[in-house]
Amino acid sequence: MIRFEHVSKYFGERKVLDAVNFKVERGETFVIVGFSGAGKSVTLKHMIRLLTPDTGKIYVGNDLISTSTGADLVRLREKFGLLFQGAALLEWMSVFDNVALPLREKTNMSDAEIEKRVEEKLRQVNLTGVHDAMPSELSGGMRKRVGLARAIVMNPEIILYDEPTSGLDPVTSRAIDQLIDRMRLELKVTSVVVTHDLFSALAIGTRIAMIYDGRILEISRPTDFIRSQNEIVKRFLDAQYITKKGAWERTDHETQ
Amino acid sequence: MITREPEFLPPPINMRGRLGRAVLLNCRNAGRALLILLEAMTSLRFVLSKRSRPVVLQQLYVTGIKSLGVISVVAMFTGMILALQMGLELRKYGQEVNIGLAVMVSMLREMGPFMTALILAASVGSAMAAELGTMTVSEEIAALEVMSISPVRFLVMPRLAAMMIMTPLLTFYACMLGVVGGAIVGATQLGVSVPAYLDNATRWAENKDLYVGLLKSFVFGIMITTICCYQGFATTEGAVGVGRATRRSVVVSFLSILVVGYIITRLFYQ
Repeated sequence: MIRFEHVSKYFGERKVLDAVNFKVERGETFVIVGFSGAGKSVTLKHMIRLLTPDTGKIYVGNDLISTSTGADLVRLREKFGLLFQGAALLEWMSVFDNVALPLREKTNMSDAEIEKRVEEKLRQVNLTGVHDAMPSELSGGMRKRVGLARAIVMNPEIILYDEPTSGLDPVTSRAIDQLIDRMRLELKVTSVVVTHDLFSALAIGTRIAMIYDGRILEISRPTDFIRSQNEIVKRFLDAQYITKKGAWERTDHETQ
Repeated sequence: MITREPEFLPPPINMRGRLGRAVLLNCRNAGRALLILLEAMTSLRFVLSKRSRPVVLQQLYVTGIKSLGVISVVAMFTGMILALQMGLELRKYGQEVNIGLAVMVSMLREMGPFMTALILAASVGSAMAAELGTMTVSEEIAALEVMSISPVRFLVMPRLAAMMIMTPLLTFYACMLGVVGGAIVGATQLGVSVPAYLDNATRWAENKDLYVGLLKSFVFGIMITTICCYQGFATTEGAVGVGRATRRSVVVSFLSILVVGYIITRLFYQ
């Protein structure tokens, strides 16, 4: 569905992506994890052409998105829904108007049809009774859910999530995880999630990719990921107290 | 695309390099601003569409009605100051009745368009830069682009339409209030009756003065929108960047208004 071929990207002198290769299969939830500044969000932004690679190619299906412009880029972007880290809701618009925006701007649907679709999407993300609320009145978790409703309102084939659980409490984070999982199961969409939250990655990912210093260190299924022999992956797992059984563990040293 | 990649330029080697880079970057930025203007102009065909109408009406309200108070005060006092200063000088020669002409021509040709444009740049323009700048740093502009909604059509076009309509209207209003202010000063402090003042003002002022003034204000409206929206879209580095973009939008607008105002005057009055 999405294919990176030797993608490299420089920010000034710094190489933020170094000959990255991977493929996201149709219908899977591909999670990209890594330390802060490793290149996770940069990778995600390349997928939807908010950034352009210096070298290498990025394909969406059989289309080369990394060099697409104009109508081609619009057509390719219509396959995507993106949940931004801060949800990126338009602050002067109500929840309803935010979710309805792509429908109003990109389709010829009637007001009744738009209302029905928005209702349906808000219900899918477990949000009711907030139609008229303004984004500033919502909690962090609710903002993310509105952002997700807006991302899926055009029924995209691929949903990208940029740090969907960052800044949220553990309970809300798990609720968002469940939502992401439900999107895959109910809507049969391909999902790419960027996160540093390993609990989240292990819970929702069908495959997990570890990115470090602009390079992909490992791509494996969650059960294999926690048994990785790669020192950096092990360090990343240890930092979040995750054992080979996938359980949270606190050592005696830590409790003293 | 409005959303741009972060720029990383190596430090310039010397002063000449710094100057050269500044010139090139400013030319490039002017080019980008013109491209935004071009897209906004072509999007004006959607100005009356069902989805654009409410936004355009809101922008007309923000630009026109909300600026009315400050423009009224400034225009009235500008007319009063002009009348007083010129009246006191003209009185030495017994010509104080000519303040009507002086105030009318000054307001129509220069003061009306300039004062209105400066007020709109400082209030409406700076707000545009701050709004779009905040939207840029909070990724709202990127979100629009990801949804394949043109930020220029969605955000700039309604603002441009509102400024193109409201700047000339507000300028005309400012000119008329300035003339009224002059009449008040003439009647109360210079002994010039209101009929005599108005007769003098309307007898000698030409239609050309009005048309050129309105043309100027129309151009100023387009310029302010282009500059301020471009500065908003070019914002980087969070809250500090929004402040910087706002300040730059006002400064560049002011300078452009002065320079372009002179050029238009030179074109029509030789």
